[in-house]
Amino acid sequence: MTRLIVSPSPHTYSGESVPRLMYGVIISLLPAFGVSVFYFGIGMLIVTTVSVLTCILFEYLIQKYILQTKPSHLDGSAILTGLLLAFCLPANIPFWMVIIGALAAIGIGKMTFGGLGNNIFNPALVGRVFLFISFPVAMTSWPEPGQWMQYTDAATGATPLALMKEGVAMRPAGEILSEMPSFLNLFLGNMMGSSGEVAAFALLIGMCYMLYRRIITWHIPVSILGSVFIFTGILWLVNPDQFANPLFHLLTGGLMLGAIYMATDYVTSPMTGKGMLIYGAGIGVVTVLIRIFGAYPEGVQFAILIFNGFTPLLNKYIKPKRFGKEVAHG
Amino acid sequence: MRSMKLKTFSMGGVHPPENKLSAGREIRELSPSDVVVIPVSQHLGTPSKVIVERGDQVKVGQLIARAEGFVSTNIHASVSGKVSKVDIFPDSSGYRRLAVQIKVNGDEWVETIDRSGTLVKEISLDAEEIRKRIVEAGIVGLGGATFPTHVKLTTPRGKKAEYLIVNGVECEPYLTSDHALMMERSSALLVGIQIMMKGLGVEKAILGIESNKPDAISRMQEITRGTAISVQGLKVKYPQGGEKQLVKALLNREVPSGGLPIDVGVVVFNVGTVHAAYEAVQKNKPLIERVVTVTGKYLKQPSNFRVRIGTPVSHLIEQAGGLPEDTAKVINGGPMMGKALASLDVPVVKGTSGIVLISNEEARRKAVIQCIRCTRCVQVCPMGLEPYLMMNLAEKEMFERMETERVLDCIECGSCSYTCPSSRPLLDYIRLGKAEVAKLVRSRKAV
Repeated sequence: MTRLIVSPSPHTYSGESVPRLMYGVIISLLPAFGVSVFYFGIGMLIVTTVSVLTCILFEYLIQKYILQTKPSHLDGSAILTGLLLAFCLPANIPFWMVIIGALAAIGIGKMTFGGLGNNIFNPALVGRVFLFISFPVAMTSWPEPGQWMQYTDAATGATPLALMKEGVAMRPAGEILSEMPSFLNLFLGNMMGSSGEVAAFALLIGMCYMLYRRIITWHIPVSILGSVFIFTGILWLVNPDQFANPLFHLLTGGLMLGAIYMATDYVTSPMTGKGMLIYGAGIGVVTVLIRIFGAYPEGVQFAILIFNGFTPLLNKYIKPKRFGKEVAHG
Repeated sequence: MRSMKLKTFSMGGVHPPENKLSAGREIRELSPSDVVVIPVSQHLGTPSKVIVERGDQVKVGQLIARAEGFVSTNIHASVSGKVSKVDIFPDSSGYRRLAVQIKVNGDEWVETIDRSGTLVKEISLDAEEIRKRIVEAGIVGLGGATFPTHVKLTTPRGKKAEYLIVNGVECEPYLTSDHALMMERSSALLVGIQIMMKGLGVEKAILGIESNKPDAISRMQEITRGTAISVQGLKVKYPQGGEKQLVKALLNREVPSGGLPIDVGVVVFNVGTVHAAYEAVQKNKPLIERVVTVTGKYLKQPSNFRVRIGTPVSHLIEQAGGLPEDTAKVINGGPMMGKALASLDVPVVKGTSGIVLISNEEARRKAVIQCIRCTRCVQVCPMGLEPYLMMNLAEKEMFERMETERVLDCIECGSCSYTCPSSRPLLDYIRLGKAEVAKLVRSRKAV
């Protein structure tokens, strides 16, 4: 007689899996990667390769020898962390610093909490902030785009955000803006910045792909970009000499990369649509506060890490709309 | 199908592959097996009381077990022959329960049953008589829940039924028995709907059908033209056949937590139930047979059979081409909410809408890994719950918290487990939580 499996329903599954989702995000990063290679050439290739390989290696070593669990280093999540870490580093950063960043990202950001699914903070951002604090000079010298064959020897300059931050104390924002790349160039990524964050259009293409594949929902990117636009827009309307055009804020720095890829990290973002909107709006507001009133020209990384910390709280108090009114049981 | 704006429910839902392999297959009358086993608890509620003894001769349609109390139903012989045993038999739920075994001999029916094919349109009985006839005929919800139909026909004091909703959604993958009924028995269904409207005392009825059955939508539209019954096409989305989701989709009314459709003025019946009501009221025929889809990817002839209650499942599978080599599970019902059978020797009961054979490939559960909080389970939950949280709470045995998170609202549609990329057994843990919370609620009442 045939042996039948008896188990509770459902008896069919969607076939969705963690690797499928992770590799989906990786695919969506390819346009931005291509553009970055176009601008930063060999530096981007070296930084990305080192970052991805070392993230995979550290994940494997820690799982196998320290946690002593079955390694899942190829489920795509370590590759994704490696890619995102590389994307938010300058393309001329020495490779050994990248290795330290990868160790911080995987070791401190992810594995100390128990690995995928348990970390509170976005691992790639943990790696970036670790490097930012440890090597402030290397982390704020940005290669000029177009130097294909230069790596650590590339000519460097300041990012538009840094120029703006220093400039507005003395001159009107509009004047500084007129000396910078046009909005079209900012949209295309032809400026100084972290290797993968520059090309807004390529990141937006990646977002469309993720939305189409339903890997992410619209809530987080839209609420971050929307709140930054509204907040900086209000400031700009109040005093256009002191505050830059909101479009400038959307297209520069790590905002697009942060809003589309860092803040949408599954593990560290809220579970409900409403929670995501609050989280996103908070990130947007804190980003602007740091950019305009804080010590650093760019604040997305800190804003996201801060709201990563709020995520458990949001999950506890922000509930989805339940079906049906609650009536007294009994 | 005339062009029509399709409706659907707003919250959650998934779209599993439809796999309606037996769609368009005519309903085939299945010859009875040699022996049938008729369980005495085929419905939600108190088991019925057996009134025959071993050795008795019974006719088709003869009462063999009587309802015990209000939430219970009559059970009739589905074949003629000799009662060979009144004993404990395994049923489709896997439990061993009291049943009546009958050795088939000929096909002699109770004389009062109208076996002719003529359609009786005139509804001569009044509401009270309709209800009585439905009690006598032992009709239960044929969509799978098997709740006694006469209970739903009795509107509780203080409530008022305004709409009858007829459920022709058949949102479970694979199943086609309701589709087949709508195609072949549309005239009888029309009368059946009118009977139910009269029984409930409502003026309006809506028949909801998903748009993957355009032929059924046109057929039913045509036949209901000029009546108070409207036919509404629905976007294909699971679990639209759930009562609460269907009421929401058709009328935009939300049944309150812990409530029933009647709380928002609606009573929902499945098309199979309506058809059974037609036969009971107009033909005096008790519920002794039903349409069952027998299907599966590797089954030779996926079919819609008219089957006598009590026929062993193995007989159905043989008649559909035999059990394929690659069969991992045999499901009583659909693949999303049905129950896996432990044995093929169990009988078809009133609630058996389909027998679905699931291959190893489909049945395989992948290894469970950590929740990555992708939010998919929250997005697909049609009740607005947080399945990931429920599982965490159940693992930690935090059942009071599960209650405040409204775990009892869960309709067990399985969308969360279906969709989880980490293959987490979300619904399994939710069921555990529901059982524990139900215990808590009972113990509070007892104090």
